[in-house]
Amino acid sequence: MSTEPLTFDSAVAYRLHERVALRPEPFGALAYHYGNRRLNFLRAPELVSLVESLEAYDSVRAAFDDANIDPHRWPSFEKALASLAASGFLVADDTES
Amino acid sequence: MTLIDEPRPDNLVLSPVKTSGLGDQMKAGLDAPICLTWELTYACNLQCVHCLSSSGRRDPRELTTGECEAVIDELQRMQVFYVNIGGGEPTIRKDFWHLVGYAVDHGVGVKFSTNGSGIDAGVAERLAQSDYVDVQISIDGADAQTNDHVRGEGSFATAVRAMEHLHAAGFEGFKISVVMTRHNIPQVDEFKAMADHYGAQLRLTRFRPSGRGTESWDELHPTDQQQRDLYHWLIDHPDVLTGDSFFHLSALGEALPGLNLCGAGRVVCLIDPLGDVYACPFVLHDEFLAGNVRDEGGFEKVWQQSDLFIGLREPQSAGACASCGHFDACQGGCMAAKFFTGIPLDGPDPECVLGHGETAMDSVARASAGKDHSRTAVAIGRKPGI
Repeated sequence: MSTEPLTFDSAVAYRLHERVALRPEPFGALAYHYGNRRLNFLRAPELVSLVESLEAYDSVRAAFDDANIDPHRWPSFEKALASLAASGFLVADDTES
Repeated sequence: MTLIDEPRPDNLVLSPVKTSGLGDQMKAGLDAPICLTWELTYACNLQCVHCLSSSGRRDPRELTTGECEAVIDELQRMQVFYVNIGGGEPTIRKDFWHLVGYAVDHGVGVKFSTNGSGIDAGVAERLAQSDYVDVQISIDGADAQTNDHVRGEGSFATAVRAMEHLHAAGFEGFKISVVMTRHNIPQVDEFKAMADHYGAQLRLTRFRPSGRGTESWDELHPTDQQQRDLYHWLIDHPDVLTGDSFFHLSALGEALPGLNLCGAGRVVCLIDPLGDVYACPFVLHDEFLAGNVRDEGGFEKVWQQSDLFIGLREPQSAGACASCGHFDACQGGCMAAKFFTGIPLDGPDPECVLGHGETAMDSVARASAGKDHSRTAVAIGRKPGI
């Protein structure tokens, strides 16, 4: 069960859409969404790890706590996640919350 | 260059992390292309005067069904997530729908370009049911007269019929693709209205002096004033797709959206019907031939190891443009446009908005057009219809 909220909420759980594939690249990863046929660059290796880890956590915030990312960079990562959610690459995952 | 048919894949979303440095990484090349253009056949029922691949006749040496499947297998392994299929008219190939299905089943999405002649009501119904397949209908005028002058008599009616079938079938967001010429730039608002009417997305791309375009360029390429008008129109309509093909216009002011770089051999390339791999869709010429998918090592080896592509991924000299304050904006323009107008690759774009291109062209002889697959001699305003 998932929904695509209009706003990104780091207090809830998210996961990669099941029709999104990631290709590792030196800058991070190239992401492709087979459902809406959009491409996206994940421009930091840490962002790729974070995105892949999301489904293991009850909230985005909890994922940040365990990720090896300098807290000063959290706002830019959260912005990236919000952008991924807005384009359908991430979906809110309410199966565990 | 331009990424495939586009320096920027039209569907690219740029997320707001680490914006700096990405362009440099793109220029250095990736292990696999972001997306590639695959011309499946040179056969075409039209012979448009600006055809990039001078299409018309089928070449008997074109890849067999099995060879095409092997290419798709390779793309799947390399995680090339989708291909832009064109031609020629790709739907003419008897195995076209089989190959589309094979690609989709192997995780390679398809966008194919067509003149619409293969899209009847039944095909449109099937297409509307697959998320993995996108369709791009080519037109070059907002009315039959303007369009058919370039694409041949009856071609406008055929394209409109295809759009109506797609619309009736509920296919949302198919693409209407227009090459911008001196004759149709005044019609951009009409193209936009047409796309809105069909629930389609408008895609405008740059006309290049490639293929038969070498012959029609003088008559069809935009005037300086039209380039400025188009630039401002594109700034006002950021939702219109361009494949980043107008990055040479960014020297006029604010950059147009996108990567603004030539992706040839770095993030895009083209596979032709015979399996030949070229740096981009606009340079089907021996000078830009990197290898063939039939060679040992296949497409992957060509992409990763060909001397041509490795050279294109080296830092490029700004050459004659080094002293121009706008080089960062336009990157010297399109490699193909320079090559086919006889300008050195480190010279200015022939349509440089500062006028440097015209001076450069005055002093040089033009390159030959490359291979010709025309069925008959082609002249503007006198073309076989569908």
